[in-house]
Order: sequence, then structure tokens, then C-alpha cells
Amino acid sequence: MSEYETIIGLETHIQLNTTTKIFCSCKADSWDDPPNSNICPVCTGLPGVLPVLNERVVEKGALLAAAMQAEIQPVSYFDRKNYFYPDLPKGYQISQYDQPLARGGFLDLPMPEGYTRRVAIHKLHIEEDAGKTVNEDGQRLIDFNRCGVPLVEMVTGPDLRSAEEAAQYLMRLRQLLRWLGVSEADMEKGHLRADANVSIRPEGADYLNPKTEIKNVNSVVSLRDAINAEVERQINQVEGGGQIEAWTLDWDDNAGVLRKMRSKETEADYRYFREPDLLPVRIDEIQREEILAELPELPLERRARFVEQYELPEYDADILTGERGLSDYFETAAATYGSDPKRVSNWVMNDVLRLINDRELLAEELRLTPEHLAEIINLVDASTINTSTGKSLLEKVEDSGQSPAEIVEEEGLGVVSDEDAIREIIVSVIEANPDQVATYQSGKTTIVGWFVGQVMKQSRGKADLQLTRSILEELLTK
Amino acid sequence: MQIYELPADMLARLIRTREISAVEALESVLGRIAEVDGRPGSLNSSDDDPEDNERVHAFINLTPDRARIQAEEIDRRTAAGEDPGPLAGVPFTVKDIFCVKDTPSTAGSKILANFVAPYTATPVSRMEAAGGVMLGKVNLDEFTYGSSNESSAFQPSPRNPWDLTRVPGGSSGGSAAAVAAGEGMLSLGTDTAGSIRQPAAFCGVVGMKPTYGRVSRYGLIAFGSSLDCPGPVAGNVTDAALMMNTIAGPDKRDGTAANMPVPDYTKDLKVGVRGMRIGLSSEYFRITYFDPVTGEFDQQPIPEEIESAVLSAAGYLAQMGADIVEDVPMPHTKYGVPVYFVVSRVEAASNLHRYDGVKYGYRTPDSVDYLPELYRKSRAEGFGVQSKLRILMGMYVSAAQYSEQYYNRALRVRTLIRNDYEEIFDPEGEHRLDALLTPTTPTTAFPIGEVYGDSVLMQYADQFTVPANHAGVPGLSIPAGFAGDGLPIGVQLLGPDFSEAKLLQIGMAYEMATQGEEWRRQIPRIE
Repeated sequence: MSEYETIIGLETHIQLNTTTKIFCSCKADSWDDPPNSNICPVCTGLPGVLPVLNERVVEKGALLAAAMQAEIQPVSYFDRKNYFYPDLPKGYQISQYDQPLARGGFLDLPMPEGYTRRVAIHKLHIEEDAGKTVNEDGQRLIDFNRCGVPLVEMVTGPDLRSAEEAAQYLMRLRQLLRWLGVSEADMEKGHLRADANVSIRPEGADYLNPKTEIKNVNSVVSLRDAINAEVERQINQVEGGGQIEAWTLDWDDNAGVLRKMRSKETEADYRYFREPDLLPVRIDEIQREEILAELPELPLERRARFVEQYELPEYDADILTGERGLSDYFETAAATYGSDPKRVSNWVMNDVLRLINDRELLAEELRLTPEHLAEIINLVDASTINTSTGKSLLEKVEDSGQSPAEIVEEEGLGVVSDEDAIREIIVSVIEANPDQVATYQSGKTTIVGWFVGQVMKQSRGKADLQLTRSILEELLTK
Repeated sequence: MQIYELPADMLARLIRTREISAVEALESVLGRIAEVDGRPGSLNSSDDDPEDNERVHAFINLTPDRARIQAEEIDRRTAAGEDPGPLAGVPFTVKDIFCVKDTPSTAGSKILANFVAPYTATPVSRMEAAGGVMLGKVNLDEFTYGSSNESSAFQPSPRNPWDLTRVPGGSSGGSAAAVAAGEGMLSLGTDTAGSIRQPAAFCGVVGMKPTYGRVSRYGLIAFGSSLDCPGPVAGNVTDAALMMNTIAGPDKRDGTAANMPVPDYTKDLKVGVRGMRIGLSSEYFRITYFDPVTGEFDQQPIPEEIESAVLSAAGYLAQMGADIVEDVPMPHTKYGVPVYFVVSRVEAASNLHRYDGVKYGYRTPDSVDYLPELYRKSRAEGFGVQSKLRILMGMYVSAAQYSEQYYNRALRVRTLIRNDYEEIFDPEGEHRLDALLTPTTPTTAFPIGEVYGDSVLMQYADQFTVPANHAGVPGLSIPAGFAGDGLPIGVQLLGPDFSEAKLLQIGMAYEMATQGEEWRRQIPRIE
């Protein structure tokens, strides 16, 4: 395989998370709704209706463009893409063609191997989604709910060099979309869909060979598998003396195989022309600045800053910036805690993340606030509680919403470091277990651990560990 | 005088003051319709009924029950001391290219013959909200594709009330014929290349194409979306102004509707024309035909009677104090029809995509097991020849390999046509015109069957009206006497964007100046 280079470009469709559709006031998200329940004369293309642009779609599209470092165009246009299909009720899709919302831009992919792949964006445009066709019992059923759902289409250059890079692109894009709050980017729900253009060429060559297009890839894993399968097929084809034809392929996720949908000798002619029912989309300097002002620090920027400012390992920084809410959580906790950000990072990555995953919450939804977390770490640092109490406190705060201090107080969870109290418990343990004392005294001193456990059990975990150990050793060797 | 002969303005006043009831007015008009309209257009008319040649046939669907409910409601409100609005009890018709909830909305096509709209077009609902009583839907060219109404799938097509062997013009032929024949005082039409103004001229009534975007297109079944303008057909200028007041204005359902306040068009209607600059252009006094093979053009003067009607109108306006500016250059006027052939066809072909036999409208009764076959058969059987011609040409000139040569080029010429108007109406420019005065049409109404079949020649009926659609500027056609053959002649006033009020003022001045003339007292005889 080593003498071939893989060339991949991705075309992604991103469903924006606006409340209403792009050209009418129907609800955009129909995931839980029965077919044809969120439809109206406009999105079903009845005679005489007109589209009216939802400004939120432009704003969200432009925000994404800004985050991709693309140039937001002062004027862009909608065009009609004409073709016949039953789930396209107007017989044309309202899209953008030669004057899209934004041009240029790129996304950097830090690869696990340590290098960074820069992927150029050719164009970014907004458009309406079509409906859904379902074949059932020899009948073709059409659900128009999805008609008019706002999409951003983003096309990359042929810049990706492996299935792994393509997978990274999709993961980084998904992270960015959620970070910006422009899309739920749930691939299972089709919020983020990708088509992959794949070709191979001899290592070192600078020309592009005919490519195939893989459609219907709806998860990161499928994208990786589908591309790998296609690259293998292309190499076998070329090695066997064959040629690559410009096919369109369909990825069958269940069977894990590619199927040929059609040959693609010539592009279909969609007879694009300006949509006369919509005015040009104008974004003036003021609006542009408003959009840019909304642009948050981006995931990779924040990741680099975490390494720099908090001296975190890249691994930590990457996990903590996986979602914007989590990274905010960490920063607030670290700021409240004051020193040793790595200690806060460990707590967040090990314990808070587990809580988030177990309870299927977002960091910003936790009742355990970052201030609470800092307080708990402080309590542990001050030996008011021990580490295991600290960890169980996380759950208790999340369950009750009470502050850690309140819970420690109410439940008497404070560490017992009163020597007399601990000595009293130890004496009673020693008296109750003469056999174990004998074992210890016969030289098998490792049994001291068992005694520690007994003491902890009686003190409900509050006994100061070090003190317990030293008193135990003192009394047992007597 | 019968109630059906009253102008809308006067009738509304009498109904608001309860001197006439809305029900009385409705019954008078329904009586007139029963008397003169004959059988409505239908898909399966046998061709040869000699009586058809003695009737107007404006309607496709008369909805008297719906109208009676509306009229009774108007009377209930006036009785309760409420004001039903400026169109109180005025019976009006709607060109069957607008959707009206729960009524068939056919576009004059077999493909939509069974389509019942689930919503109402904005201009129609505005007229009803102003107290208007909708009588029903009037005939048109299929999808408005024509200038004679002969292409309607619903036959017999409307006749010209002044001469029942002639066409009423089109595509708002049913509208103009209805108003001229006393079948409703007002009619809502559409104008894509002259489709309000040309039939208004042919039928001796007033028709206005407003500025593009002045009246919402929501609910108008689209032809050329960048050209289509809903507008009034009325018996006189005052009624057209009254109707403009109700239908114009922003609409949150139409993004291309102008977001500008609507003036009261009836308010200063009689201010006169003193000091106004009104232009005449020689480009509007000749007809230009392009040779389809060589591309060379051949120019012929328009009929002398039409030219003198325009010059006579200019004379009246000059007498009332207007400055008449002659020799105004409008060099791109002659390209109006060729550009229209390209632009409108591209938009039409795309707008017709949705009629595929899948969701609504006509579907082939044949069983098909292949989806494209369903499309082909449904469309082949459902569309008439004019639709098919527009689809073929629209598909051709927008195809990837031809669009630069045709469509994009046409768009550039369209800009040049727009520039002609901008120059003459520029308040700082050389001409500084308030309006351009032209003939509405190069001929009077032609005999049924004479032009139909020659799609190119038919299109030249729009030569003087279509440039305003390309430019988006408003135009008003008003009656200006009769030709020797007894058919009405119309003159047209064109103005800059949103100058409807001024065009109506000029029209009003001319109407008042000619009030005493013999021709004003002529009425169409239908017997």
C-alpha cells in the first residue's frame, strides 16, 4: 500500500439548529414527530407560495463561516437547483451556487501522530433540505417534514490524505459545530452528513486521478471504514491493470460494503439560475462585526492556551476542550481553586467527566458547579475530608444541589483527626480480634492493612489515615 | 342605470350609507352575469355551440353561494353601525391564477383543474377584508401564457364584450371582459408582460401594473417570478386607485414585497398635471420584428388611429398645463420581447416543475411502474401546448452549455432596458420626466383565431408593455377612444418606481378632460 497516496475531499451537510425552517415558520426539528406533521403550503411547494428567508439561518451560517476563517461575502444569492424527485416538492431546491455566503477558509486537524493537517474549504453555502423517501411494501412513501430544514453545505479541497484524517475532520467539525451552538451535530439524526470523494495516486505524483464519490456516510466509523474499503478497491483495481471510473458509491453500513449507485460520466445539469423569489442576502459591515463579536475562542485556540497557561499535558487540554461547556467548567474551577490547575484537571477528567457521562448531562447542566468542585478539592487539601469522601461528595452535591460544606456538616463527614477518638476505636478493634493480633505479632505485619480497614469501617471512613496507621503500629507492637 | 353599471367607488359609498344593500348589488351583478356570460369555461366543452359567439364567457368558476354569505355579512355589519371597509359590498372577480381557500384554483390548465387551494392569496384576502365580495374566478391564458385567452384549457375562452368575435386580450382577458361587461366592478389580474394593461386596452377599461413588489405575489401561481405583478382592472381611474389602496403594501409572506408605506391613492387624484413633464418616445410608435434567421430587425409604424389617440391624449395633458417632452430616447425598447422570450421562459419552466402528478393536480390515469414515466405522462397529458413551449424553451436557454449565450445575456440586456427608464426619470437628468405616454398596444383587439398558433406574433402584442416588466416600473392603461372598427384603444402611462399615485393623477386628469366626449358614453352591446 505504501506506494499509493490517498486523496480525499469531503462534502458535508450540516443541519442548523434554528427553531423554524429556512423559508417558513414550520418547526425545523421533527425527530420525534410523525411524518408530515411539520409542514405547510410553503415547505410543500403548493402553487402560489413564496419562500421568506429566516434571518437566523444567515446568522448561524455566517458564524460558522467566521469560525472556519472563511470570508463572509457582503452579498450572496440564492439559486434554484432544478431536478425532479418526489421528495422535492417544488421540483427545485433553493440553494446557493456561484455567489455563496462565504468563500475560502480552513480547518486545522491536530493528528494523534503529532502533525497538523490543514484542510481548505472551497465554499460554504446555505440551502434547504429536501424531504425523505421511504420504500415500504413496494410503495414509495414521502415525508415532507424535512423539507425546508436549514442546511449549510461545506466543501473541502482534496486535502485529506487518509481515512483517519477524514475521520478527524468530521470529529473536529462536529466539535466546532457544537462549540458554536449552530448545530446539534448529531450524526445519528442526520444533523451532520458527509459524502467523500476518494482517489489514489502514486506516492509523489502531483496530478489527480478520477475520483469516486461515496454517499450516505452517517458516522465517523462508517466514514473511516468506507474510505478504507474504497482505497483498497481502487488499489486492487489499479494493480490488476484496471482503471478507476467516476462512480457514485453507496455505503451499506450494515453489510459494511460499498455498492455502485451509478456511473457519473457527465454531471447532471441542474440549470441553476437566480431564485427570483428571494432578495440577495446582504451582510453589511455592522452585521459582520456583530457576527464576529459573537465568535467565541475556538476549540483549538483554547486547547493551545490550556497547554500554555495551565501547563497541562496536550492530552488533558484536548479532553477538556472537547466541549465548550466542559472547558468553561474547568477554567472556572481552576480559577476558583487558585493553584495547581493539573490537580483540577485530574478531578475534572476522572470524576466530573464520569458523572457527566453516567448521567448524560452537559457540563453546564451539572448542579455540581465548578465552584463546588474547587471547594471539595480544598476540603481534601485541608484534610477536612479524605479523598474518597471527596469523590463521594461529588455525587451527593449533584444529587442534592447543596454545597459541599453543608453536606460535610450535616452528615458529619469530616475527617476524625482527634488522636484520642481514633485510639479508642483501635483499642476496641484490637481487643475484639486477638487472633489477628497474634498473627501480626508472629511477624506477618502486612495484616496491618486489615486493621486499618476495620478502623475505617467503624469510623465510617472518617479516620485520618496516617494517624490510624501510626497508632495501630504502636499498639500492636506492644 | 342598473346597479351593476355603477363604479365601485360610488357603490361602496351607497352601501356604507345603506342606500343600497350589498345583497341587492350582488343580485344585480349575478343577474347581469346570467344574462351575458353564457356557459363557463370547462375542460370538456364541445366546440360548436353557436350561442357561444353571443356571450362573454369570462368565468371559469362562479361562486354565488360564497358571495351571498359575504354580502349578507356586509349588510349585517352596516346594519350594526360598523364600517365594512372601503370596498364594502363591491362585487369583484379574481383571475384564476390566484389561490382562494376552498375554491378550485386552476390557472386555466388541465393540470390544476382539480386543485382546490388550502389558503388564500394576500391580495384577495385584502380585498375581502376591505369589504369586497368575491364573485368567483375568471378565465385566462393557461398559466397566463398568452395575450388572447385562447390558450386556456377551459373553453369557450372569453370574448371581447365590444365585439364577440374578437379576443379580450390576455392573459387577464377574463378580468377585463368581466369589468367591461358589467360582471363585477373590479377584477384582480396579473401582469407579467402586459397581461393587465393589454386586455384593459382591448376591452376599454383601466388596468394598472404596479411597481414590482408593490403588491404581494403570495398566492399568485407563478409564471415569471421576477416579472409577475398583481394589479387592478377597473372601470375607471378612481376605482383602480381605490383597489390599489387595498391590495398594495408589505407582506411578511413575500420577501420581495416592498417594505414601504402605501399612500392613499384616491386622496390627491384630482390635483391635475400642471408642471408635470410627460414624455413621448418614437420607439413606442413603431413595431419592431426580428427576423428569426438573420436577427435583422424590420420596423413598421403602428396604425395611425392608435398613434393619433396617443397624440390627442398628449394634447389634452398639454392643455391642462403639462410639459410634453418629445423625442425621448428609449433605445432598448425593441429588445423587450426577445429578452422576455428568454427570461420568462426560464422562470416559467422552473415554476412548472412542481406539477408532476405526485402531490396534487392531474395524474395520468394509466398505470405506470416507473416514476419518470409518471412524470412524463402526467405532464404530457396535463399541460397545454403553451406550457410545453415555455418548458422546452426555458429548459434550452438555461442549460449549462447555452445559459451564457441566452439567459445571462438576456439578463444583461434587461439591465439596459432598466437603464433607459432610469435615465428619462432621473430628476437630475436631461429629461426629468414624471411619466412616459405611449400606446398600450400596437393594435386593437384581433379576431379570435387570427394570431393564436403563432406564438412569436402573439408575443408582439406585448411590445409596448413588456419593457416595464423588465424594469419593474409601474404602468397604467386607460381608455382613449375607439378605432374605426369600433374597438377600444388604450394609452399607457409609465413612471419611475413607486409613482403609481402620479400615474393615477395623470390618468384621472385625462379622464376628466374627456368626460364630455361622445365616445365616453359608449357601452358594449351584448345580445
